[in-house]
Amino acid sequence: MPTDAPSPPLIRARGLTKRFGSFTAVDAIDFDVAPGEAFGFLGPNGAGKTSTMRMIGCTSPASGGTLTVLDMDPATRGPEIRGHLGVVPQQDTLDEELTVRENLVIYGRYFGLSRAECGRRADELLEFAQLTERRDSRVEPLSGGMKRRLTIARALINEPDVMLLDEPTTGLDPQARHLLWDRLYRLKQRGVTLVLTTHYMDEAEQLCDRLVIMDKARIVAEGSPRQLIEQYSTREVAELRFPVGVQETLDGQLAGLADRIEHLPDRLLLYANDGEAVAVAVHDRGLRPETVLVRRSTLEDVFLRLTGRTLVE
Amino acid sequence: MSAATAVATGQPRRSVPRAWHLIERNLFVYRRTWTIIVSGFFEPLFYLVGIGFGLGRLVGDVTGPAGQPIPYAVFIAPALLATGAMNGAVAEATFNFFFKLNFNRTFQSILATPLSVRDVAVGEIAWALIRGGLYAIGFMMVIAVLGLVRSPWAVLAVPAALLLGFATGAVGMAATSFMRSPTDFDLINIIVLPMFLFSATFYPIETYPEAIRGIVAFTPLYQGVALIRGLTVGVIGPEMLIHVVYLLAMGFIGLWVTSRRLDRILLK
Repeated sequence: MPTDAPSPPLIRARGLTKRFGSFTAVDAIDFDVAPGEAFGFLGPNGAGKTSTMRMIGCTSPASGGTLTVLDMDPATRGPEIRGHLGVVPQQDTLDEELTVRENLVIYGRYFGLSRAECGRRADELLEFAQLTERRDSRVEPLSGGMKRRLTIARALINEPDVMLLDEPTTGLDPQARHLLWDRLYRLKQRGVTLVLTTHYMDEAEQLCDRLVIMDKARIVAEGSPRQLIEQYSTREVAELRFPVGVQETLDGQLAGLADRIEHLPDRLLLYANDGEAVAVAVHDRGLRPETVLVRRSTLEDVFLRLTGRTLVE
Repeated sequence: MSAATAVATGQPRRSVPRAWHLIERNLFVYRRTWTIIVSGFFEPLFYLVGIGFGLGRLVGDVTGPAGQPIPYAVFIAPALLATGAMNGAVAEATFNFFFKLNFNRTFQSILATPLSVRDVAVGEIAWALIRGGLYAIGFMMVIAVLGLVRSPWAVLAVPAALLLGFATGAVGMAATSFMRSPTDFDLINIIVLPMFLFSATFYPIETYPEAIRGIVAFTPLYQGVALIRGLTVGVIGPEMLIHVVYLLAMGFIGLWVTSRRLDRILLK
C-alpha cells in the first residue's frame, strides 16, 4: 500500500509480523507513513495496534518482515532511532517520584541534552501542555487529563520527528479529550508527524489524514477517513430502534429500503444515500420504530461493514 | 546476542555516560528524601558503640588476621564498614529497584529514549554503589577518628567496600528481577541477616569447626570483611587478590544476569 506522497516514507513496513510464542499479534502488515502526516491505526482492543507501535518505537523486536524507521533498521540502530521519536505509551509511565517539571528535565537528559537546554524546553512545554501552574507539584495527584498532557509534553522534549501516540485519549472525559486533540492538532500544524492508535472512530476522524483499519492482527482497509467512508459505506445511515422483542419479528419487512441493513442487538442500521427518505419509507410501510436517527456514515460503519463487529464492545 | 538485546544495546560503547542519567534521576528523587539515606549511616555506628565498645569491654582482645591480639572494636569496625556498604547497595538494588521495575514503570519510559537496558542496569548498580560508598566513607571517617584504624592501607578500605557493594548489589538486583511480589523480599532478609551475623563479622572464622569454615568463607560478606579487615589492621597478603577476584566475578555475573532479565521483561 504505497502512499501518494512524493517524499520517501518516514516509516515503512513490509510483511511486519509479531509473534508471542504461538500467538500472532501482528500478521504480515504493510504500511508507509509519510513525513508530516497524521497516520492512524484504528481497531478494537487486541487488534495488534500496540504491538505495532512498540516495534516502531524500537522497544519490541519484530518477529518477521521488514521495518525501517527514519531509514534505519530498529534491530541495529534502536538508540539512534529512539533519539528522534516521541513516545506516548498507552499507560502513563510518568516518574511518580519526581515533580512535573523534573519529569521533563530528566527526560531531556536521557536524550543527552544539556541541563540548561532541558530547563528551557521544560518551561516551554509546560506552557504548551497548560501545566505551568503545576510545575512543582508531584505527578501522583494530577488528573488523568493532566497526566496525559504531561506525557505528551515529555515526549516532545527531544523535538521528535515522529510522535507515537498509543491510545492517547483512552480513559479521559470528553472535555479533557478535546483539550488533548487541540494540542495534537497544533503539533500537526507545526509539521510533526503523528502516528496514533485508537479504538475511537471520532478520534481517528478528527486527527488522522490517513489510517489503516486493523482487525485480528491484520490490516483490512487503508485510506483517508473520507475515502474509507465513501468506499465502504453509504453517505447516510438511518438508525431504527424498535420496542424490545419487535426487531426479531421484522423479517423481510424492510427489504429493498436500503443499500444494506445491519442488525445490531439493540437497533437496525439502514445504509442509504438519503437517510430521511428511508425513514419516510419505513413509516409508509406501517412500521413504528421507537426512535429514528438519521446521520452521516462514520468510520464505525466502515468497521462494521468490514468486520461485522463494532469497534468498542 | 538475541534480537531483543540488539534492539536495546545498539551502541554499547556509549553505555557508561548514558547510564549516568540514571544516577542523575535518583539524585532528583533523593534531594527530597535524603533522610532515608542518612538513617543508613547510623546503623553501623550503633553496632559499633553497642557491641564494639559495650560488649567489647567484656570480650577484651581477640585474635586478628595475622594471629596478633587486637581490641574487639578494632576487630569489628572493618566488618561493620563492609556491612554498611553492603546494606546500602542491597537496599537500593532490591527494594527500590523492584518498585521501579514493577510498579512505577520507570524503566519502560526510560527505554523509549536512546538509553538501553544495559544503561539501566549499569546506572542502577552504580547508584546502589554510590549509596553504599557514602556509608563506607562516613563510617571510615568515624573509625579513623576513634583510632580504630591501624594501618595506612586503610585508604583502600573504601574502594574495597565499594567492590563488596558491587558484588552484593548486582546479585541482589539479579535476584530481584525474578521476584513476583514484595513478600519475596523476606527471602532477602533470610539471606542477608544470617550473613551479617555469621560471616566472621563479630568473631574470627577460627571459632567455627573446620567443616563450617568452608561454607562461611564462601559468602561474599566474608570475602569483603576479610579484605577490609586486612586493610584496616594492616595485614596484607596475596590471598587478598582472591577476595578481589571473587567479588569482581560475582558483580559482573550479577550485572550480566540483570541485563538479560531486563531484556526479557522490558523488551518483549
